Order: sequence, then structure tokens, then C-alpha cells
Amino acid sequence: MSEPVLHISGVTMRFGGLRALGDFNLSMVPGELVGMIGPNGAGKTTAFNAVTGVYTPTEGEVRVAGERVNGLRPHEICTRGVARTFQNIRLFKQLSALDNVRVACHAGAKSGFVDSLFLTRHHRSEEQRILERAEKYLGVMGLSPRRDEIARNLPYGEQRRLEIARALATGPKVLCLDEPAAGMNAAEKTELMALIRSIRDRFGVAILLIEHDMRVAMGVSERMIVLDHGVTIAQGKPEAIRKDPKVIEAYLGDAYLEERHIAVPVGPGSGASR
Amino acid sequence: MAFARGVLRSVLPFLVGIPLLLALQTFLDSQGIDYWTIILISIGINVILAVSLNVVNGFTGQFSLGHAGFMAVGGYTTAKVALAFANGAHGLTQQAAFGGALLCGMAAAALAGLVVGLPSLRLRGDYLAIVTLGFGMIIVSIVENVDALGKAIGLSGLPGLTNVTWTGVGAIATVVMARRLAVSTQGRALFAIREDEVAAEAMGVDTTGYKVRAFVISAAFAGLAGGLIVHLLQLATPRSFNFIRSFEVVVMVVLGGLGSITGSVLAAIILTVALEALREFQQYRMVVYALLLIALMLTRPQGLFGTRELWDLPLVRRLPWMRNRAAAGPAGAPPTEVRGETDSGGET
Amino acid sequence: MTEFLQHLVNGVSLGTIYALIALGYTMVYGVLKLINFAHGDVYMVGAFMGYYLAGFWRLGGAASAGGGATPGSVVRAFLITAASMVVCGFLGYVIERFAYRPLRDRPRLTALITAIGVSFLLEFGFQLNFRGSNFPPGPTPRIFPTLFEGHDTGWLSALGVNLYTTDLLTLGVAILLMVLLQWIVYRTKFGTAMRAVSFDHQVAGLMGIPVNRIISWTFVLGSALAAAAGILFAVTRPRIDPLMGLMFGLKAFVAAVLGGIGSVPGAMVGGMVLGLSEEFVAGYLLSSYRDAIAFGILILVLVLRPSGLFGRTTVEKV
Repeated sequence: MSEPVLHISGVTMRFGGLRALGDFNLSMVPGELVGMIGPNGAGKTTAFNAVTGVYTPTEGEVRVAGERVNGLRPHEICTRGVARTFQNIRLFKQLSALDNVRVACHAGAKSGFVDSLFLTRHHRSEEQRILERAEKYLGVMGLSPRRDEIARNLPYGEQRRLEIARALATGPKVLCLDEPAAGMNAAEKTELMALIRSIRDRFGVAILLIEHDMRVAMGVSERMIVLDHGVTIAQGKPEAIRKDPKVIEAYLGDAYLEERHIAVPVGPGSGASR
Repeated sequence: MAFARGVLRSVLPFLVGIPLLLALQTFLDSQGIDYWTIILISIGINVILAVSLNVVNGFTGQFSLGHAGFMAVGGYTTAKVALAFANGAHGLTQQAAFGGALLCGMAAAALAGLVVGLPSLRLRGDYLAIVTLGFGMIIVSIVENVDALGKAIGLSGLPGLTNVTWTGVGAIATVVMARRLAVSTQGRALFAIREDEVAAEAMGVDTTGYKVRAFVISAAFAGLAGGLIVHLLQLATPRSFNFIRSFEVVVMVVLGGLGSITGSVLAAIILTVALEALREFQQYRMVVYALLLIALMLTRPQGLFGTRELWDLPLVRRLPWMRNRAAAGPAGAPPTEVRGETDSGGET
Repeated sequence: MTEFLQHLVNGVSLGTIYALIALGYTMVYGVLKLINFAHGDVYMVGAFMGYYLAGFWRLGGAASAGGGATPGSVVRAFLITAASMVVCGFLGYVIERFAYRPLRDRPRLTALITAIGVSFLLEFGFQLNFRGSNFPPGPTPRIFPTLFEGHDTGWLSALGVNLYTTDLLTLGVAILLMVLLQWIVYRTKFGTAMRAVSFDHQVAGLMGIPVNRIISWTFVLGSALAAAAGILFAVTRPRIDPLMGLMFGLKAFVAAVLGGIGSVPGAMVGGMVLGLSEEFVAGYLLSSYRDAIAFGILILVLVLRPSGLFGRTTVEKV
């Protein structure tokens, strides 16, 4: 039983009077594939933001490889092993695909302004290392032919893959993907699912995935967690989640359940999987 | 041996440049052409100012309006050191003392950059403009009140040590600095910060740290320019470093293109020459600059060059020593270019 | 004690002027998220408009000194102020319409640079000197005409403090304007619309609010207040020059930040706090570093509490 690479306990996010996320708990071991689903506004991206340091948890604790990271800045959490993509793609739009990834390759290295300005040997070897590393990750995501293309000009699907390549290049222990399949067609989604699994197999990263497409989410995840209005309403294997009445109600509503004479669940405490 | 080669590569621009500058200077001196000397020196100083400001305003996409403040810090420090050491000396000793004084000025300006940058760069860009403008005005205010700095009258009796060679070396150093920064990892991090600070931070870039460092470097070279100015005028007065100065540098950088070193150099040359050529219309200069700025923003916010550089031209890339460079690529777009909507989107 | 009270009086007087200008900054920042660099210069234009109008009406100057605050002169003074407010309101509209609105979809930096350009245009445009013409005024400071003579009210003379009628009048007008603005912002449909735009201008537009019109009127309002501030200032401190808006504008901006940029009550409170701090610190400690005080406050605010006294900490959605 390996040490959890990511351990989130009791995290609550409050913004003024609004509680966007309540008592969020999640523990992931290396190489695990966990999917997070829920209707819009459920708090999924908020959870991501709390984990990656964009927000500081109002309550609760986030631990990366055993180390508590509450309150650290995003770049510090990144160097401790958590990388992410964004729901609305946030590439460095006017930089080339290669440069996008190269920025991530430098993650955490001590800023070597002196090296760069005086063209030291360290600088040149570092530049070479970064170039090779960036090209490798571009290759992993099948983007090598697009190396010098400006990110803005890439087709949407390739932009999403570039974002993943960039996140991978930081060498994370945990990769957080925010709706990676959004905007893709069925074939691309199947490819993506295979890609995600191969990334896990090749790099051993734990992957936390937010997805709206059920096929992708359930097809890739080994475990799932369902949020609604900031609250975790279910956790467990995809097959169990699929049948969980609380989940069905959250997505489809009471009427659907009533029509099929399924008992409407009462409160978050009851229910099959917990 | 590899080490020696490394050092050689590092100082190559100076090894080539200094003899050329000395030759140029000797030529001008022998002809007694003061006019052209002054023009070339002015161009050189403006190049230093524009390119150094570009590092912050162009590369990193922050907006500093206080360049003159750092010039003042550098200028006055250089003046003080020079008065102490270079006044009595002669020949090479004097030159060495001058070089030392300039370095002191740069160090002091860099320190000022650190002091101003650390608290203000943590915050939104608009505030930086105000804070830096205010800093510039406070520096002037302080200088005007301190006896040791000559108050409003300033420090006089400075040796006129600024010449084409020194200015040229300064300009080369600034351009080389900017160029090396632009093609390096650090430069890419700065561009990333300009493109999307949140994403850069998420990818492990210490955005505040980088912004501060860019600021410090920019301030240091502004200090260099300040030091050269006071030894050209042979006088250090607060009037040389007021907000009008800051504004002029901003106009140069914006005209050339925020993010383009080539643009800054060209704009510096164009504006210096234009200023000289249109001396009778001096009175209207600031109004023209203001109108130019507004017109540029409304019609061509990327300025002359956007972020393109001379060395990105296909012709230049085929030159032998350029061929092996790792793909530098276009350095993004200037922060004033129209970008796609980056709306924050909804919560999930 | 005397000194203290004198500083208090001066501080309050100064503070109200800062507050009036800060209101313009804060309202514009609220609706556009733009620091209107040119705002301080509208204040300057306001003072000069008063100057020219008074000259046009052949008022003031050394010749009419000695005339007290007759109803006639007070009415004229109000008319001049009102006229200046109208002119500057229009100026604010023009600036927004032609310099800022075309750039609304562009990166904020572009608009900021334009604002700086407009600011310098006003400052240096007014410093031009055309032979034979009184306008632009040129770089030499002008003396604002005495609209009516201010008598020492004698109210505080027992405490050794000079409290002039002009002081009281300017304070009264300033407070009146602030109360009026407060009413506009919180009790009228326009004010609600303005606040809606400041929260989210896209959604406000979708709700049927004529966003462009609201923004224009915000500029008009802010500029009018700045003009009033300019004249109020000039009445008590008659030396005016084209660069007066630069420093004052910056300090008023600091006041707005102190109060919480985007917050109307914040601007008023910030202005008063700045005015009083400046008076007291300059009076008792470092008189020659008067200007640095404002920036000292700015640094403190930015380091300790960037959202200011009344501001909301906006969380950026990622």
C-alpha cells in the first residue's frame, strides 16, 4: 500500500457568504485514475483551484506526497508535483507550441539570469536539456510536427493536447485535467482516453480528471467522485456510481426518478455508495 | 579550453564593438565635429533607455512609468563616485574610475529597482504604473531637498567623460543583454508571464520573482544611462530626470513596439534624430508625443515592429553563425495587440 | 492647540478636494476597470475654465478686491462653477467616447497607455503659448481671480485659528456635492445601473442596461466633480498652472485606492484621511516631503491591504 501522493482532507472553500466547496475529501495513490463529475457549478474547478494553490482552502488540508501545501503559491505547489490544465484553455497563445512546453520544463529550477546573460556553459547545457525535454513531451502527445506553430493557430483538439503536454513537462506526480475532452468529437475522445491511460502507464502519474462526458469519465476512471452544489454526494467505482440514485437525481432530477419509480433519496447521508 | 571559448563567446560583441567605436570616435574628434558626436551619444543613451524599459514593459508586459527615477539614482550615484575618484585622475586611471563609477550607478539603480519592485509587482499592472510614476517623483523630491545632492541646483563640476565609445559600449551591453534574455529560458518565462500570468504560475514559474528580476535589470541599465547623461551635461540636476523623461522613454518603446528590441533601437534613433531636426518646434514636442501615443494605440498598438526582430528575418537566419541556434521563434505578441477573449468561463 | 486646529481646518478643506477628485477615479475604475490618468488634468481644466469665465465676466482681480460676499457675487461664483462643471463634463464625455471606447475590447494596457497620452496632451497642450492669444494659458501660473473677498468669520479666532468665509463656503459646496453624488449612486436608477455595470458589464448589458450610455454619464459626472474641485481649490489657493493636475491627480488616486478603488464612500473617506494625514504630517514633521506622504500611504495600502478600506477583494476565476 503506497503513500498517498495527494491527500485532501476536509477542504472547504468559502467566498464571502458563498460556500463553493464543502468538506471535500480525496486520497490518491501514485498511478491512480480518478474522475470527478457533477453538474455545472458543483465545485469541481474550485476543488482543482484549492489543490493547485490558486485559492487557499478556507478549511481543511491539502498534502502532496505527505507535505502540507496549504497557502503555498501555485508555482510552489507545481514544483512539489501538481500540474494542471484549464477548463478554458490557457495556453501562451502567441508563443510556439515548443515554447509553451519549454516554459514548463524550467519549472522550479533556480532562475539563472546570470547564466543566461553571460552565456555560461551551464546555460547552454540547460537550454539543450530543456529543448530535448520539450521535444520529447511534444512527441508523447503527437505534436512534434506542430513544434514551431503558434499555439493560437493550432486546431482546438491539438491545443488541448498541447496543454496536457505542457503540464506533463513540469514532471508532476499528480496531473489534474480540467475537461480535457471538451469540444472533441467521438473519435478524438476515444483517442484521448487511450492517451490518458498511456500517460499513466508511461509516467506513473496519478491523474485527477474533471469531465462532463460520461463515457470518457467512466471509461478512464478507476474511481469516481461526484459533486453537487459543493458537496460530495457519492464516491466509488464507475459501475456503482452509474446506478447511484443520488447521482442520477443530481444530473437528471426528481421527475426522472419518479417516472421510473426509483426512490428519491433523502439527504446526503443515505445512499448506497459512500 | 572550453572555458576560454565560453568567455570569448560571451564578450565577443564587445571585442568587435569597442575597436569600431574607438575608431569612430577618433575620426569624429579629429574632424572636430561636435554636433555629430552629441547626436550619436544622444542616440546611444536613448537606445539604452528604450531597450531597458522594453524588458519590463515589453517582454514582461508590466507597465513602469518611473524609468527616470532609476536614471536619477544611477546618475547621482555615478556623479558622487566620479567626483570622489575620477576628478583628480588622468588618462587610463580616470577612464577606469569612470567605468567603476558607472558600475556603482548601475548597482545603486538595481537596488532601487528591488526596493520599488518587491512590494508593487505583486499587484495588478495598473497599480504599477502609478507606483512607479510616484517613485520617480519622490526621487526628484528627495534630491531637491538634500544638500549633499545639490538640491535643485544639482551637482556640477563633473568631468565630461561620456563619449561615443562609452555610450556605444553601454548601448551594445544593453542590446546584448536584452537579446540574450529574449532567447533564454528566463526570457521565455517573462513572455509567458506576459501572455498569461495565471498559467505561467501554474506551470511552475515564480511570477513575482521573475517580474522583480526583470525590473531590477531594467533599472540597472536605466542607471547606466543616468550616469552617462550626467557626465555628458557635466551636471547632475533633478530636471534631467523628471516624469517628462519617463514619458519620452515610454513613447519610444511603444512606438518601436512593446517587446521588440529592434523596434526600441529604431524608435530611439528616429525620435532622437527627429527631435534634433525639428528643433524650432521644440515647444510642441510633448503635445506631438502625446498625440502620437494616442494615435498609435487607436490605429497600430503594436507599434512599428510588434515583437518582431531583425534577426527573425529569413535572410538573417541563413547567416552562418545563426543557423545552429535553437529555434528562437517569434516572441509572442506585444501586450497591446488584440488578443482573443480570455474570459474566465463558468464554474464546474 | 492653535496649530492643531489650523491643521485640522486645512486638512479637512484639502481632504474634501481630494475626495471630489477621487470620486471620479473610483467611479470610472468601477465601470471600466481603467485608471483614468487624464482625470487629474480635467481638474486642472476645470480651474482654468473658471479662470477664463471669470475673466470673460470681468470679475475679480486686484481691482475688485474688497467686495464682500454679496449675493450677486456668490451667484456669479456658482454660475461660473456650474458652467465649468458642464464644460468639463463634456470634456470627459469626449475623452471617453474617442479615446477609450474604441479600445474597450483591447487589452487593458492599451487603454492605459492612451489615458497617459490624453493626460499629457492636456498638460502640455495647456502649456503651449500662442502669441496674441490668451488660450492656451502657457506654462506660467495664473492667478485665479477673487470671486468674492473672504472674511475671517472670527468663529475660531478665540482659539487663534483663521476660518474664512471662503473656507466654509468651499467646504459646504464640497459636502453638498458629495451628498448629491451619494444620492445619485444609491437612490437613482442611473446609480443602480452604474453599479450594475461595475459588477459585470456584459451581464448588465444583457439585462437591458445601455452600457455605453451609462459609462459616458459616469465620465461626465466624475469630470464635473473634478471641475468643481478645481474651482474650489483655486478659490482658496489662487495660483493655478497647467501641471497642477498631475500631482493632485496622483494623490487623489492614492486616496481612491486607500478607500478601496471602486467604492464611492471609500473615495470620500480616503480623500479625507489623505488630506488630514498630509496636513498633519507635513505640518509637524517633514514639510518638504509633503508629496512623498501620499506615496508612503500608497505603499502601505498596497502592502498591507490592497483592497483598501472599503474595497472588495475580487477573486479571479480561473
